[in-house]
Amino acid sequence: MTSLRGLLRKEFFHIRRDKRTAAVLIALPIVQVMLFGYAIRTDVDNVRLAVVDPAPDNATIALRDRFAAAGVFRIVAVVPRIEDVDSLFGSGAAQQAIVFYPGFADDLGKGVPAKLLVITDATEPNTGSLLQSYAQSVVNQWSSEAGRASGAGRASGTSRAGPFGPAKSINIVPQVRMRFNPTRESKNLFVPGLMAFVLTIISSLMTAISLTREKETGTMEALLVSPLRPWEIIVGKVTPYLAIGFISVIAVLVEALLLFRVPLRGSVLLLLFEGALYILVSLSLGILISARTSSQRVAMMFALLGTMLPNILLSGFIFPLESMPAPLQLISYVVPGRWFVAIARGIMLKGIGVTYVWPQTLVLGAMAAVLLVASMRSFNERLE
Amino acid sequence: MTDLAIHVNDLTRKFGGFTAVDHISFDVKPGEVFGFLGANGAGKTTAIRMLIGLLHPSSGSARVAGYDVARDTEQVKRRIGYMSQRFSLYEDLTPRENIRLYGGIYGLTRAQIRERTAQMLERLGFSSVADTPVSSLPLGWRQKLAFSVALVHQPRIVFLDEPTSGVDPITRRQFWELIYDAASTGTTVLVTTHYMDEAEYCDRVSIMVAGRIAAMGTPAALKGEFSVDSIDEVFVRLARPEASGAGEAGRPGGAGRVQ
Repeated sequence: MTSLRGLLRKEFFHIRRDKRTAAVLIALPIVQVMLFGYAIRTDVDNVRLAVVDPAPDNATIALRDRFAAAGVFRIVAVVPRIEDVDSLFGSGAAQQAIVFYPGFADDLGKGVPAKLLVITDATEPNTGSLLQSYAQSVVNQWSSEAGRASGAGRASGTSRAGPFGPAKSINIVPQVRMRFNPTRESKNLFVPGLMAFVLTIISSLMTAISLTREKETGTMEALLVSPLRPWEIIVGKVTPYLAIGFISVIAVLVEALLLFRVPLRGSVLLLLFEGALYILVSLSLGILISARTSSQRVAMMFALLGTMLPNILLSGFIFPLESMPAPLQLISYVVPGRWFVAIARGIMLKGIGVTYVWPQTLVLGAMAAVLLVASMRSFNERLE
Repeated sequence: MTDLAIHVNDLTRKFGGFTAVDHISFDVKPGEVFGFLGANGAGKTTAIRMLIGLLHPSSGSARVAGYDVARDTEQVKRRIGYMSQRFSLYEDLTPRENIRLYGGIYGLTRAQIRERTAQMLERLGFSSVADTPVSSLPLGWRQKLAFSVALVHQPRIVFLDEPTSGVDPITRRQFWELIYDAASTGTTVLVTTHYMDEAEYCDRVSIMVAGRIAAMGTPAALKGEFSVDSIDEVFVRLARPEASGAGEAGRPGGAGRVQ
């Protein structure tokens, strides 16, 4: 046991003396949360809206006010002619335009469908469709309220193919209610994925690199010749990264809770337990990679391609799995991050407990067991 | 036979169809400096890896410090020291930390580690650099430190795998003084080298060619047997028929590097 303690202390020396690694390990989780929290947001916010209103009347002004008051839109220009929006779209000054036609209030008063055109910049299709549905819901809500108030007909919006995107007719817009993330804030979604990402880097990448480094420098041989057993060497090497990974998870959580007010509706203990399970899976992958490679560079490539990319792309962290082609969805089943992200989202956003997450937990547990056995065997094989 | 430091009997290691070590047998007496010579790929490293418990023999047996290397690997490991040509030191740690680490790994108590550290730093004249990272020490210093660290647990036998490669002649000479020091206290030394002048420093040498021991004896006896003036010439005599043939050149990657 004293020999193991020495090994552990040595590993912490390595981490502390390698300034760059230490900086990465400490800064990475914090910076990532900042990046995802502030910069990489997929929310629709601060939408630059242009208004074409050739003949303002009380109804158009009321609807304009409604858009301005929605909190999401910022009216950047009010112009009289529809031709004027082309340059606004072209320069990027506007992302979306609502176009009124003369006699809007009159039509509403007479009970005939009032015409309204919504033009959206669909250069970025996801954002485009999101904007479209936001605008629709504002119009819908307003028209139903206005209709109730006046007892008159409702405004029906039609949209036209604008110069920057396709259009679809919007006659009936179903009312939608977003559950679990009612404000549709992406930061609520990204935190679970981010935990998986940070853990993958620390557990898989750092473990693989630190083990192959010892192979490169020949010190691994010295350890293997010593009376240390293979499992002691592994434990001595990976425990520090396990500890750092665990601390990082807590750091990410605390930062997300305090800075971004991300909800944590379920049990913290359960979440940390699942985190530890995921760390175990990632560590085993790191050991497996290091056992099969002999240089730090190759190990890094394997770790990046084999663990980080799938865990980012195929975990549902950024891109929803449901909208992926079937083969990719199939592959995602073997990506550990997928299961952890699902579990963490469930616990944090839905507040569900063991009764709901046990199937995913079982999958992670099975992965951990298989990978741990495989990595240990792979490590021992090198002695042959 | 039990008081032999190393007893090797028909030791063989095959990698697929290739026989890296082919039925070698030799004995090393306690306190002896035994030179293990051979060209790159002759099977030296493979043989050593079997003796230190990193490779299982395909057949034959070897006893090191009285224990069978295949069955009682743990016991063997406790009683041997090992230094490879890559020195096995942690370069970002200081000499003091390296000594403490390896002392701990070999189960020394804290008091023992403190005592040995002081002794070693004193003997090596390293007191001034005890807390400087190893990476900033000259190659020759690192090599001496690595040797001392390999002896930190006072092993009965120390294996040195090309410890002097890439080191200048003066440092090599100093290094051999350390080897003699260790041998004079009863430590058995098995050293591989491809510097033939170093072979002359050994009590006995064996010369491996193509996985077999082609010649073994004291340097003087070998020179007499081949009627030449130096071990270098003995080596060339033995190695030439192989080296000029296709066999040596056709070896995959050199057996010495096979893991």
